[in-house]
Amino acid sequence: MSRPARGIWLTLLLLWIVVYPLGLVFLESVRGDAGWTTQYLIAFAVEPREWAAMWASVWISILSVALAAVLGIPLGFVFERVDFPGRRVLGALVALPAVLPPLVGVIAFLFLYGESGFVARTVALLLGLDEPPWQLRGPVAILLVHAYSMYVYFYLFTRAGLARIDGSMLEAAQSLGAGPSATLRRVTLPLLRPQLAAAALLTFMTSLGSFSAPYIFGGGFRVMTTQIVSSKLNGDLAMATVETAALAVVALVGLALLRRTQGTDLVAAVGKGTPPPARILTSPLARWSAAALGWVLGLVLLLPHFTLILVSFVPVGTWTTQLFPPTYSVGNYVAMIAEPERLRPLLNSLWMAAGATVVALGIALWAGRLVVQRRASLREVIETLVNVPWAVPGTVLAIALATTFSIRAPWVGRWVLVGTALILPLAYLVRNIPIVSGSILAGFRQLDPSLDEAAASLGAGRVRTLRTVTMPLLRPAILAGGALAFATALGDFVTSIVLYTFETRPISIEILGALRQFDVGMAATYGVLLMFFSAVAMVVGTRR
Amino acid sequence: MANEFLQLQDLTKRFADHVAVADLSIAVPRGQVLALLGPSGSGKTTTLRLLAGFERPDAGAIHVDGTDVTSLTPAQRRFGMVFQHYALFPHLTVAENVAFGLAGRDGQSRRDRVAEMLKLVDLTGFQERKVTELSGGQQQRVAVARALAPEPQILLLDEPLSNLDPGLRERTRRELRTALTKIGITTVLVTHEQEEAFALGDQVAVLRDGRLEQVGTPIELYEHPRTLFVATFVGRASRLTGMLGSGGRARLDAGADWVVETAGQLAPGAPVTVVVRPEALQFADAGLPGTVVERRYTGSRALFVVALRQGMVEVEAPVRAADVGDAVHVVAERAHAFRRGKE
Repeated sequence: MSRPARGIWLTLLLLWIVVYPLGLVFLESVRGDAGWTTQYLIAFAVEPREWAAMWASVWISILSVALAAVLGIPLGFVFERVDFPGRRVLGALVALPAVLPPLVGVIAFLFLYGESGFVARTVALLLGLDEPPWQLRGPVAILLVHAYSMYVYFYLFTRAGLARIDGSMLEAAQSLGAGPSATLRRVTLPLLRPQLAAAALLTFMTSLGSFSAPYIFGGGFRVMTTQIVSSKLNGDLAMATVETAALAVVALVGLALLRRTQGTDLVAAVGKGTPPPARILTSPLARWSAAALGWVLGLVLLLPHFTLILVSFVPVGTWTTQLFPPTYSVGNYVAMIAEPERLRPLLNSLWMAAGATVVALGIALWAGRLVVQRRASLREVIETLVNVPWAVPGTVLAIALATTFSIRAPWVGRWVLVGTALILPLAYLVRNIPIVSGSILAGFRQLDPSLDEAAASLGAGRVRTLRTVTMPLLRPAILAGGALAFATALGDFVTSIVLYTFETRPISIEILGALRQFDVGMAATYGVLLMFFSAVAMVVGTRR
Repeated sequence: MANEFLQLQDLTKRFADHVAVADLSIAVPRGQVLALLGPSGSGKTTTLRLLAGFERPDAGAIHVDGTDVTSLTPAQRRFGMVFQHYALFPHLTVAENVAFGLAGRDGQSRRDRVAEMLKLVDLTGFQERKVTELSGGQQQRVAVARALAPEPQILLLDEPLSNLDPGLRERTRRELRTALTKIGITTVLVTHEQEEAFALGDQVAVLRDGRLEQVGTPIELYEHPRTLFVATFVGRASRLTGMLGSGGRARLDAGADWVVETAGQLAPGAPVTVVVRPEALQFADAGLPGTVVERRYTGSRALFVVALRQGMVEVEAPVRAADVGDAVHVVAERAHAFRRGKE
């Protein structure tokens, strides 16, 4: 009897929930009621608005990378290389925008910098204006939000990269006659290249798939993600499918191009050595200006969080033209608990995110076991498959799942899940797979393979080895990956808006509903809760 | 003073909680190799970093050929440095690494210099290789070529052989010595291995807790150590206790009188530690009585551990000179006495 290849079942599962839906989207875009057709493709190709949206997606993403780099790289250098009072606390604060779910960040910006936000009101008051001094609309607003939330990638990657560079490498450059700027240009930056390329890739992909900011601030300015959702909501499914396929192609091309700039990790290849110690600022003036600058920066970064908390205490309809809301109450929080309809989105989000995370962890552990086994012939296939969802924007995945699971055809693996309570958890699951796999596969690779053998030689069976050796060692990886996945799913807006039903509406959809009814307090309350649960998850996940 | 090319004058470097280098003064004649030898924490690496300009001394000065370089930055100082882990730039090829310090030269002269340097370290034809593809020994040679390419006045080597396999070490040491002699560059190297210091250094400076214990040729250090630390750190040695007698003799607690060399002024009756090297001891018919407790083969000869009435000594002798359990007598050709209690 010939056994099926190791990993075949996992491969089939991943093909079914990840690759198959994406394939169907491409298929549907060239298939009409009467068989194959190019009519939708042509309709897309001759429509200038489609090209404008596509182009907008691309240039917004490129500019987002540039802005995030300009903010994040210098910050990374300062925090890694210079020691000043408050460096540690601030260094952690600087990474805070990363824990703000996209939609929450967007509404916080709205309350803060929007035309009726605190900053605009203050400026109007100071200048004695009757009209708001500006409107937070269009590309500028989108770029502002992107820069705020995505510089963190560059900041973290720059710091991680710098921390790995051998200090004697920089000294070698100096003793060969290179001054500080030549050392930076000829040694430090080339060595940082893999990290900077990775940050650029992450920023570009996140930005290309960004939905919340363009949706709230875009107005008439469309990018591809908002264009797709708009087509879908208008019932033009065929156009939505073509747009989705087009965005997927752009995402994959962008991924391939950016991957090529990454180069190999040379620092790991030479290894050894220790990073240079941070330069300690000794002059009091330098210390105090660094500390002052740092705290101002920290305050600016925390303002959106504070704003959200403040606004969450505003009862509906009480805040009109005043600089600050005139009345505060805990009414919004009470309503959240007292009114079942208010509580429901919260519970929905919690169980759907938790379920999706648990299943994703199971899949990632399964994949991890196979990937470290030499005998598993499909291990490279599996490793590619778990990463696919990362390479395509959330909107694309949502449309793909909506397309696949809207008809019943069991013999080709299609059931009707759209409109049921299962479709959103499935979407969250697919998006979670690459997130948890990243950390769990790395965890498996760090395991010494002889540990298994040592346990076996001491008489432990497979189950006992798994329970007493493998799992405890993988615990940090499981917690870190699980926490990140849970927080992402909890705050999800981009797939939810395509797939939600009234019964299973998650927090993000409820925030949108509250905003539409001008109930800013309730929207902020949901935002605060989202922020709170994400923060709790991250604290649990990063504990050692 | 005329031939003292590199001079360290009263160098002192303090870190937050300790003094790393204290009042260090050493002079190196042009073209000679100085080895800084000491255990970890002895200040030898700090001294090297002070020379390179990576650290600023809190006091003292460094002169090269009569010029004060103390306040120059590493880039202005241009000492060639070979780092312990080589610090080759992994994003550059071998040729680009060697050419890194040749920024001012035009293309052809740079290529010529790179070729010349690679020939010196026997890596001709390796120009386009990636440094990550090289073996440890080849990386070390590239690091030497890179440091020498800009024709520095001084070459600094930080534990140059510590990263190599034992088998490769001796060969690389010979090659390094040959290369240094050939170009005749004034060199300072740091090592914690006595063998390395003796093989490479014209002069060896033994450091301990940031202070200079003794500087001299290898033979001077070995045969005439001036402190107990030098006597025991440099080469194998056994220690015995005793009391200084008259006429250059010491009365050992183990029961014999030995002729000893003393460093500095020691009055008769002073308690001393007597240090003796294994090859300076012999078995004899009469002398210090003891029992052989262990025999370790070292090739044609063996190292015998002899338990004395008080203390132990190691004796190097032909393999068949004694057996474990034998009662023997030991005599010393040469021994050194140092004041006890002050180490």
